[in-house]
Amino acid sequence: MFVPGNNPAMMQDAFIYGPDSIMLDLEDSVTMAEKDAARLLVHHALKTIDYGNTEMVVRINPLNTPYGKKDVEAVIKAGVHVIRMPKTETADEIRELEAEIEKVETELGCLGRTQIMAAIESTLGVINAYDIATASKRMMGIALGAEDYSANLKTQRTPEGMELLLARQTIVVAARAAGIDALDTVYSNLNDMETFRKEVELIKSLGFDGKSIINPRQIEVVNEVFAPKEKEIQKSLTILAAIKEAEKRGSGVIAVNGKMVDRPVVIRAQRTIDLAIASGILTKEDIA
Amino acid sequence: MEIKNAVAGTLESGDIQVMIAPSESKGLHIDLESSVAFQFGEQIKKVITETLTGLGIEDAQVKASDKGALDCTIRARVTAAAVRATGKDVWK
Repeated sequence: MFVPGNNPAMMQDAFIYGPDSIMLDLEDSVTMAEKDAARLLVHHALKTIDYGNTEMVVRINPLNTPYGKKDVEAVIKAGVHVIRMPKTETADEIRELEAEIEKVETELGCLGRTQIMAAIESTLGVINAYDIATASKRMMGIALGAEDYSANLKTQRTPEGMELLLARQTIVVAARAAGIDALDTVYSNLNDMETFRKEVELIKSLGFDGKSIINPRQIEVVNEVFAPKEKEIQKSLTILAAIKEAEKRGSGVIAVNGKMVDRPVVIRAQRTIDLAIASGILTKEDIA
Repeated sequence: MEIKNAVAGTLESGDIQVMIAPSESKGLHIDLESSVAFQFGEQIKKVITETLTGLGIEDAQVKASDKGALDCTIRARVTAAAVRATGKDVWK
């Protein structure tokens, strides 16, 4: 969930709504005149507020602005989990960010702690998606930023999202090939929850791991769409239990209810259970 | 340390607006306006004082309008005002 980095009230309340991840924004939601104040606010909030198990991400300003490098220093010193690099177009930009991160982490004695998420927001970024996704071992995900991408494509967003199809599929394929997460863009019309739901259904079917949101009202819809159904969960639990049993016996291939269970089936079952845990339907204790 | 007039923060709920100005007399002179001054006034002043002295500012006029800010927000806004007042950033 995106939260403007210069709004203390929103920053202190955001985790109450239970998003998987909070992304404090130092870039587009902060005016030039307030970049210094927002950076300090985000630094002190990260250091002080107990966000529990919520993954904390900060969207920094690009490194070629007067703000980017200071943002990196401020958020690493506050213990951020993930830095989101905006408008990423090449793998070199990720490597440049990694060098900045290493500089600060070395000074603090916490080398390797901070992960990187790249936002892909241009046609060149989409073309280079796999190179970006594999540019650093710190990469944990790539995300589509559709507003800038649509403008760069010389088109505009539609409710159906056909204009984003190639970018979305390219990002999912690149993320899967790199073994990292694919995250979809925001949907900003809060008064049209029906189109929002359709968009979440679409991106789930394309293979995305999650959806960026701009308001707590959108959390429920994303969780509902991504949450696996009871029947799927039961089937997945049966498959995982059967494969565990087979492994004990030293057998690689098994059958559940008369159907052969091989590696892709096990991977899907594990993903279903992971989603059930992420959606709060199951706990880790349930499957222990 | 030489300082000039500077302000940071807003008057929105959960925030605090901090104005710093040069002082003709020694020490920090804090004028606090807060709806929770009765319960938290001393604590807010303590955070402001600690933050400013930590940044090397010993003499200044401070006017703070608090709208229920957490300590971390007070620290951030006081630091932002101090950085703007002195021109000395806290980052490399």
